[in-house]
Amino acid sequence: MTELLVREIATGTGAPPVPVPHPGGRWRRLGRFLLHRPGLVVAVLVVLTVLVAAFAPHVLAPGDPSAGLPAQKLRPPAPGHWFGTDYLGRDIWTRVVHGAALSLQATVVAVAVALVAGGLVGLLAGFVRGWVDEALMRIVDVLMAIPAILLSLALITALGYGTLNVAIAVGVASVANFARVMRSETLRIRQSVYVEAARAVGTRWYVTLRRHVLPNAAGPIAVLAVLEFGLAILAISSLSFLGFGAPPPAPEWGSLIAEGRNYLATSWWLCAMPGLTIAATVLSVNRISRALDGEWAAAR
Amino acid sequence: MTVPPLARYLLRRVVLAAGVLWAAFTVSFVVLYLLPGDPVATMASGGLDGEPVSPAQLAELRARYGLDEPFAVQYLHRLGAALTGDFGASIQNGQDVGVAVAQTLPPTLEIAVLGLGFAIVFGGALALLATYTRARWLRQSLLALPSLAVSLPVFWVGLMLVQIVAFGWRLLPSGGVAGPASAILPAVTLGLTTGALVAQVLAKSLSQALDQPYTTTARAKGADPVAVHLRHALPNAAVPALTVLGYVTGNLLAGTVVVETVFTRPGLGRLTVTAVGAQDIPLVQGIVVFAALVFVVVNLVVDLVHPLLDPRIATGVYA
Repeated sequence: MTELLVREIATGTGAPPVPVPHPGGRWRRLGRFLLHRPGLVVAVLVVLTVLVAAFAPHVLAPGDPSAGLPAQKLRPPAPGHWFGTDYLGRDIWTRVVHGAALSLQATVVAVAVALVAGGLVGLLAGFVRGWVDEALMRIVDVLMAIPAILLSLALITALGYGTLNVAIAVGVASVANFARVMRSETLRIRQSVYVEAARAVGTRWYVTLRRHVLPNAAGPIAVLAVLEFGLAILAISSLSFLGFGAPPPAPEWGSLIAEGRNYLATSWWLCAMPGLTIAATVLSVNRISRALDGEWAAAR
Repeated sequence: MTVPPLARYLLRRVVLAAGVLWAAFTVSFVVLYLLPGDPVATMASGGLDGEPVSPAQLAELRARYGLDEPFAVQYLHRLGAALTGDFGASIQNGQDVGVAVAQTLPPTLEIAVLGLGFAIVFGGALALLATYTRARWLRQSLLALPSLAVSLPVFWVGLMLVQIVAFGWRLLPSGGVAGPASAILPAVTLGLTTGALVAQVLAKSLSQALDQPYTTTARAKGADPVAVHLRHALPNAAVPALTVLGYVTGNLLAGTVVVETVFTRPGLGRLTVTAVGAQDIPLVQGIVVFAALVFVVVNLVVDLVHPLLDPRIATGVYA
């Protein structure tokens, strides 16, 4: 499904409009931009909360995520435990907050693997051209013919269980998307007048790469990275739901839902709350990706 | 001798499809057999259940599976066998991989086909309604639905459906394979993401088609708005949606990995999860190649339907 989203980005980045100096400067423009998009403001707030949860979980949930009071087990959401408690009386809000670090680390690793590997492949294909391009892009096509989750599962079969392996597997499965976007960006930039001018004055290829190609390709790649971030959260939570991620006591988001599954008939909040957290995070990330992809430039 | 454009178009597609299959086999071979990790050690510990494995036994097993040979030889052997449909035997129970996949396929196919149908109906209806309505708020909220749907974790959607429809309303069974009713919830869960993608693409191409001069002409001649929508715009707008459908059918199959676990149904998805859990390398490879086969076949069918919808493809205008 990234296939679709990716193509849209690739075509969406036409000629960027010439920046017009605005009276009032950047900050007022940012304020006005956000004022017209309350959804985006909420999205940014959600992502900031998730980041705080990942880096300083005790600010949001001072309790211990693995300590429970059996007397308070399976309490529905209420002011004291506003996400409810699980079958051992552990506060779900605390567990979700403390799980954020684990889920986010895995997501960052996955996106980094995809970004670096895919970016290099795309850069090489677009810059060297010729048979290298042909060969690399055929490999990328094949990676797209195997459904992402199956490719990840094949990698997990070879690498073994664990959060890091799941993250690598998810990252490798989305290498193809980065390679395609990076290649098309490189091809576009190579044909631009400034690269021609740089070559005309005798700039070396690696200087061209560093000074012209990479900075200009950074925008679309960043948009894709944000988008893939959302997809990676979903993929990682699916794999850890299936039981290939962190071992049970760890409060990783997918495993929290898997744990709650046994109490689905009686205690809906065990699954619903971590799931809503994942959904809210992914929705927010996608919303921000959409804002980065053209909306900001178009709103001048 | 000149080959007719349509035949050349089809021949090209078939050759490409065969190439993709070969490459999928190669990629899965590289991932499963060449990555660090000793397949024989995992096979032995998984297959012989706790029995201590001596180096002699390991060597014997290696020889039996042909794993003591150089990788190039192993690759050629396995590729040759795969060409005749032989993907080896599952290391869990020694069952032939092809047979294992074929046996678990029917219940998976049931929810995959139902899910695809749901995706087309749901996505199509959403796109048609969103482009037809004049009410701005309705259009906006309908068009927001697909991006909401793709942001939800599939397994969670399934669990919530079980919670609400099966446990809350007691309308449908929560899992298993007991009659057609038990396939409804899994199919809806499976088709939701696909349907959202269909809706996104179809809505976009429909609104483009409705801006074309031919729809204006049709309207000017006094055609009914519904007829313009369905008879003039839809056939033209369907081509991109069909292409997308071809791409995501593989994902539909892969989605059963999660859906069958959520609804505790037997099938290919569950087989995959147990195969990964037992590090059953031949079985995992067989499933990956099978998924690529489905992808290739579906896209071939889509390519065959394309010229029917858009004659310009067959006459070589796009070649």
